[in-house]
Amino acid sequence: MATIVAAPPYSSTATESANTGLMSWLTTVDHKRIGVLYLITALVFFVIGGLEAFLIRAQLAVPNGTVLSADMYNQLFTMHGTTMVFLAIMPLSAAFFNFLIPLQIGARDVAFPRLNAFSYWIYLLGGIFITVPIFFAVAPDGGWFGYAPLSTKQFSPQINMDFWVLGLQILGISSLAAAFNFITTIINMRAPGMHLMRMPIFTWMSFVVQFLVALAFPVITIALVFLQFDRFFGTNFYAIGAGADPLLWQHLFWVFGHPEVYILILPAFGLVSEVLPTFSKKPLFGYPVMVYSGILIGFLGFGVWAHHMFAVGMGPIADAVFSLTTMLIAIPTGVKIFNWMATMWDGDLRFNTSMKFGVALVGMFTIGGISGVMHSSPPADLQQTDTYFIVAHFHYVLFGGSMFGLFAGLYYYFPKISGRFMSESLGNWHFWLTFLGMNLTFFPMHFSGLLGMPRRTYQYDAGQGLELFNLLSTIGTLVLMLGTLFGLINLWKSWKSGERASSNPWGAPTIEWAIPSPPPEHNFDTLPQITSRYPLWDLKGAVVTHPTTVADEAGRVQKTAKQLGIPMPNPSILPLVTAVGVIVMFSGMLFTGSNMKLAVAIMIGGAVWWIAGLYNWLLTPLEDAH
Amino acid sequence: MASHSATAGHADGHDHPTWSTYWKIAVILFVITAIEVSAFYIPAWETSWIYVPSMLFLSTIKFTLVVMYYMHLKYDHKLFRSLFTGPLIVAALTLIGLMFLFSKLSIRLGLLS
Amino acid sequence: MTATTMPAAHDESHGHGHHYTTLGLDNRKIAIWTFIGSECMLFASLISTYLVYKGRSVKGPFPHEAWTDPSGKVFPAILDIPVTSASTFVLLMSSFAMVLALAAVQNKELPKTTFGERILGSSKLWLWVTCLMGTAFLGFQAYEFTAFIREGLTIRTNLFGSSFFTLTGFHGAHVAVGVCWLFSLLAIDYKRGLGPSDALNVDIAALYWHFVDVVWIVIFTLVYLIK
Repeated sequence: MATIVAAPPYSSTATESANTGLMSWLTTVDHKRIGVLYLITALVFFVIGGLEAFLIRAQLAVPNGTVLSADMYNQLFTMHGTTMVFLAIMPLSAAFFNFLIPLQIGARDVAFPRLNAFSYWIYLLGGIFITVPIFFAVAPDGGWFGYAPLSTKQFSPQINMDFWVLGLQILGISSLAAAFNFITTIINMRAPGMHLMRMPIFTWMSFVVQFLVALAFPVITIALVFLQFDRFFGTNFYAIGAGADPLLWQHLFWVFGHPEVYILILPAFGLVSEVLPTFSKKPLFGYPVMVYSGILIGFLGFGVWAHHMFAVGMGPIADAVFSLTTMLIAIPTGVKIFNWMATMWDGDLRFNTSMKFGVALVGMFTIGGISGVMHSSPPADLQQTDTYFIVAHFHYVLFGGSMFGLFAGLYYYFPKISGRFMSESLGNWHFWLTFLGMNLTFFPMHFSGLLGMPRRTYQYDAGQGLELFNLLSTIGTLVLMLGTLFGLINLWKSWKSGERASSNPWGAPTIEWAIPSPPPEHNFDTLPQITSRYPLWDLKGAVVTHPTTVADEAGRVQKTAKQLGIPMPNPSILPLVTAVGVIVMFSGMLFTGSNMKLAVAIMIGGAVWWIAGLYNWLLTPLEDAH
Repeated sequence: MASHSATAGHADGHDHPTWSTYWKIAVILFVITAIEVSAFYIPAWETSWIYVPSMLFLSTIKFTLVVMYYMHLKYDHKLFRSLFTGPLIVAALTLIGLMFLFSKLSIRLGLLS
Repeated sequence: MTATTMPAAHDESHGHGHHYTTLGLDNRKIAIWTFIGSECMLFASLISTYLVYKGRSVKGPFPHEAWTDPSGKVFPAILDIPVTSASTFVLLMSSFAMVLALAAVQNKELPKTTFGERILGSSKLWLWVTCLMGTAFLGFQAYEFTAFIREGLTIRTNLFGSSFFTLTGFHGAHVAVGVCWLFSLLAIDYKRGLGPSDALNVDIAALYWHFVDVVWIVIFTLVYLIK
């Protein structure tokens, strides 16, 4: 077959049933399967993080709540933040990076398939490492930002923060390895003709995000190494008595932390930029400007970190500089909002669940963005910092932005991932309950925050005007949980028995919709020659294409990679083996306080294990010789 | 970058640095390091205001020479140059920003400071 | 089937194991440069911290000034510039040996007649020289660290000790990884000989090695030479 057709005539993939046993998942190096693993794991952690949030809200439902002890409350809000940032939203984005990037650029896999598997296993094991302690009430309790010196041995003498320090180090390895992998993939694995300015916008935003990861994570790695050394070896990095600066951690953390904010939101922006054009039947408005604004957001993201620290008194010059850069970064973000609205303007809109989440992102993110710009003014920020107003702000951008974008992407790409549609009726419940619950939870926090309610305190007194707002927030959380339940049921039922989807059920324009749903192992029978930004639309000679149907494609057979003679990487257990060694090595650190010999023995054992695994891996060829 | 996507690029092709380039660079690196170390022991130089800028300048030359010739960025695909200089610039700006924030560097701005 | 079809690219796999790449570059080389870019931020954070904490230690020993402790004991300035200058030379020259090793691997097939050509063309020789110089650098560092500890400066003593040992220790760990990497290449060279088809693997190791070298150029100036 010398050409691939615009709307390919097949929906069923393989003639022989694929290997789906447990070992096939443990050894998989297929980016699509790894994407699915990321998706499921991240959703589990999302539920855990949500339950933690529910306990927090239960405690705050009425003044002087007694559901939780102060200590447990600290552990819960710390783990809620850590879980949602590092174990839920980033990996949900990673699920889409894995599944979509090779498909969108017309590649057979990522540049380093086994490294990709390694990233996932490190993430899974690191996630378990940092989550398990909450079930034994010894979870980290110093906040997801882990401010030193609060998180040093002097003020957090228990084992709790050790889990946090080590867990974040482990998760950093996963993110960094994935970043190198995807940067290489996007630079060097694009199909012929896929110029940078023809790349789908999701891939573009992911590209920016990978650079943010590659440049921001080393900084937190070093900040964590200092903390680790302070806690385990008695160094002085955060010891104020030895002359240390209490702001060192804050600066290093936020040099990482602010790019991290864009790491969380840009993938969702990318997904919505795929959803809105398809369901408006119009090309994305101002594609180049969307690309440039994404790059600009990424670059400026490294120059705004100190706006998290206005309250510490950095002086008028630093305040002015960071205030200005913060206002500046709102411009490319605002450009994106207007471009999405212009994309929908006069379009032929189809309001299915995916589109609803996408449109909701545009609205909710704007609210969160505007309250964010309010904090860019230091005098205003001094009133708002450390109050629930900030909590309201970042939940509007993270839930109303990132999560809504990821849900939009999930409903949009589920047919491609599984070959089945998500249910629209359950999806409708999912969307409206989530939308309502999210606003009911977080909108009142603007008011409780402006009334002065501080964050991270486990009780508040009656008679300050906070009762109503807190009760509303707690009720909102219940609605939100119900909505999420609908979403999960939808996912489960659709996976098992959803309506069959064809290769391009939405009439979408990009090349991942030109191959069967779900795609065969090798993605593309022959690499496509790309001639435009929206290949599947432009081929028809008009802007609008029509969706394909299952009936159109019935009876067509997709050949396997073996039949086509396409070399594919062999499955390998070595990434998992190596990842386990890394985790063992880090776990050894936990015992440095109690039993130094044991700690050193475990660390050396783990190190030997993973180094042996790594050598074995490097000396095993990726593919059979051919 | 978009222009040369379809055809194979010029990865490691033409003018590679030669043995004579290599040893000349090695001699220059050696000499500059010798100058730096001796400057440390010359009180007139070591105490003057020019010392720190001159040290920074000399080590920048060494840095650039190693990166351009030994890491052959001068001869390689320009992609590699941007993959290195981009992060290097972000790293340098972050370092300089932190120096200002911790008052290791300062600019006098009349009334503001 | 519709008449409109999308043209496919010419067959992407030519020869064995060579997949199509957009730029015709090797993925591993792009990855190592990305990694090196990321390492810039890692060392920038370490160096920033060292500089921020410079002169903030409440007690000695100090890098460039003598210090008298409350009991009247005098601790001289602790940095040993002559020894570190020597180790700096060794590391710089190891980079020179490394480029020769890479050139030798790349030109393995060229005929070598004169003695000089055989010397320059011996990848084993230059890999050995690089490895030994790297090991020598680590030896100098071990000597420096033990001398400091003997003189009363440990990683716990003061801010200078914490930030100095961590910064130079991180660099030393990178050198150690590089030495292991180069010894692995040497082992392969002895086992089956490194030829032009391995040049890329050697090049990647060399890029890492030179990067570790340029980091030391920065550290040597900022930590040792500027007071």
